[in-house]
Amino acid sequence: MTGTKAAAPATEYSAGALAVRGVRKVYQGSGRTVEAVRDLTFTVGAGDLACIVGPSGAGKTTLLKCVAGLLAPTSGEVRLGDARVQGPPPGMAVVFQEYGRSLFPWMTVGANVELPLKQKKIGKAERAALVAQALDSVGLQDAPAAYPWQLSGGMQQRVAIARAIAYEPKVLLMDEPFAAVDAQTRAELEDLTRSLWRKLGMTVLFVTHDIDEAVYLGERVLVLSASPTVVMEDIDVDLPAEREQLTTRALPRFAELRAAVYGHVQRAKTFHSAAAAAGAGDRP
Amino acid sequence: MSGMTGTKTKGAESRAGRGLRLLRSGAVHLAYLLGLPAALLALWWVLAARSTNFYYPTLDEILAAFAETWFSERIVDDVLPSLGRLAAGYLGAAVIGIGLGVLLGTRPRIRALLEPVLEFFRAVPPPVLIPVLMLVAGIGDTMKIVVIISGALWPVLLNTVEGVRAIDEVLSDTARCYGLTGTARLRRLVLPGASPQIVAGLRQALSISIILMVISEMFASSSGLGFTVVQFQRSFAIPEMWSGILLLGLLGFALSLLFALFESRVLGWYRGLRQSQRGEK
Ligand SMILES: Nc1ncnc2c1ncn2[C@@H]1O[C@H](COP(=O)(O)OP(=O)(O)OP(=O)(O)O)[C@@H](O)[C@H]1O
Ligand SMILES: [Mg+2]
Repeated sequence: MTGTKAAAPATEYSAGALAVRGVRKVYQGSGRTVEAVRDLTFTVGAGDLACIVGPSGAGKTTLLKCVAGLLAPTSGEVRLGDARVQGPPPGMAVVFQEYGRSLFPWMTVGANVELPLKQKKIGKAERAALVAQALDSVGLQDAPAAYPWQLSGGMQQRVAIARAIAYEPKVLLMDEPFAAVDAQTRAELEDLTRSLWRKLGMTVLFVTHDIDEAVYLGERVLVLSASPTVVMEDIDVDLPAEREQLTTRALPRFAELRAAVYGHVQRAKTFHSAAAAAGAGDRP
Repeated sequence: MSGMTGTKTKGAESRAGRGLRLLRSGAVHLAYLLGLPAALLALWWVLAARSTNFYYPTLDEILAAFAETWFSERIVDDVLPSLGRLAAGYLGAAVIGIGLGVLLGTRPRIRALLEPVLEFFRAVPPPVLIPVLMLVAGIGDTMKIVVIISGALWPVLLNTVEGVRAIDEVLSDTARCYGLTGTARLRRLVLPGASPQIVAGLRQALSISIILMVISEMFASSSGLGFTVVQFQRSFAIPEMWSGILLLGLLGFALSLLFALFESRVLGWYRGLRQSQRGEK
């Protein structure tokens, strides 16, 4: 896309190409229907790293669940490689927004990270190595024997991230994964995400509230409108592949992109009321 | 709060210090456990000491009868058969209750279909079933075990259903993403996730099982604790009758201690989780 990516040859990971086509999701509750997502269409090439920003309640989590095969779209479809996603596809890892609830409280940290590897039928020695390596890369090398509830929120989040990267997925979905960590750890995890992405060449879909983070991390930024949601903008991030917290963020181009995304996000909040003012008001 | 830091620094604590603390907390625990029963026993002894009433013998008499009655072949003839039926009925109820509970908890359709029927059976007091079951299953062990199952099943079943339904959605999504299906899902997600409720159900089922064991032995039986107590009562062997009641009490007490041990094993994580949640919020 930007031509500067250091990812592995595209053919090897063509199974990781994501296509979201006309996805709409309506939640049918008792007496309450919510159109969380109206019409989303975009593609993410194999081995690409796309960030999604949008206002709270825009349906980002809903979208991610549809992509993960955890939620069936009301209409439209998600395709991964050349297959339609109808249930969680193999080789996809998700880091959930509610990280604390996504760890098994009856297992130690080490067992939590190891469990998906067992399901993948990876041998014992290799499992141990992967677990140690993943925990090390998130700075939790001392924690494998602890239980998740003995850790702080930020540490729990890092366990969830370690579990996802130990899995070595072809597609990695992350839902505001760094919301609960301090600024220093956050910067480290951002760099970790990028370096892992470049090393493993997986497709990454990264949801965030933080515009800076989206520009710093992504090769692309998708801006969603407020609910009912559509893709409002698709911005190419033409920053160098080699990114560094201070120098990259100091680039004039970074500031430009940041301003552009910021403008779109501001517009996203009023996107529908502007449309409604034009006459098509279907929301109360 | 101090409990929180205690769990966090447990690696740093010396092994000897921990052993000593465990010992001390164990002693305190035991004092709490046995303090009130000991006091009540003393009270009983004092109150009954000058009793001349035929139906309320002194505690000395009862204890003497206890040793004479139960430290004999009655252990093999009555106590063990009772315990065997209790174990079979209780384990049967546990297996059926958990199995059916997991099925109903994960399949809303089947649950909707079976719920009215189950509610009906649950409402039938199990002792009422004894005459019916005697017709079908005779008066042997089978009938007694079925009676125990038919009463002890419900708390296990209903709690398991609740527990399975209450499993966190995010956790269940996580399991799906990482390919946990079939038996792996059952072993790693469903059973441990529902275990707090399942254990609560099993605890209720234990006391129901003991009650039903005794009642089922009072009908058309030729062995067992319930049978023996009724037998003593009919033959006016009053101290012996009281000693049987004492034995049943002790048995229930011992079993509930055993259960507490099992519970602390299985639900150690749950206690820690609850504690840390309370510490934070
Ligand atoms: N299970 C559900 N049932 C009914 N409505 C839901 C459900 N989940 C989400 N919604 C609704 O769908 C809309 C989008 O929710 P979603 O969680 O996808 O937003 P989000 O963009 O992830 O928000 P945030 O940034 O706060 O995490 C919201 O209006 C929400 O109330
Ligand atoms: Mg969300």
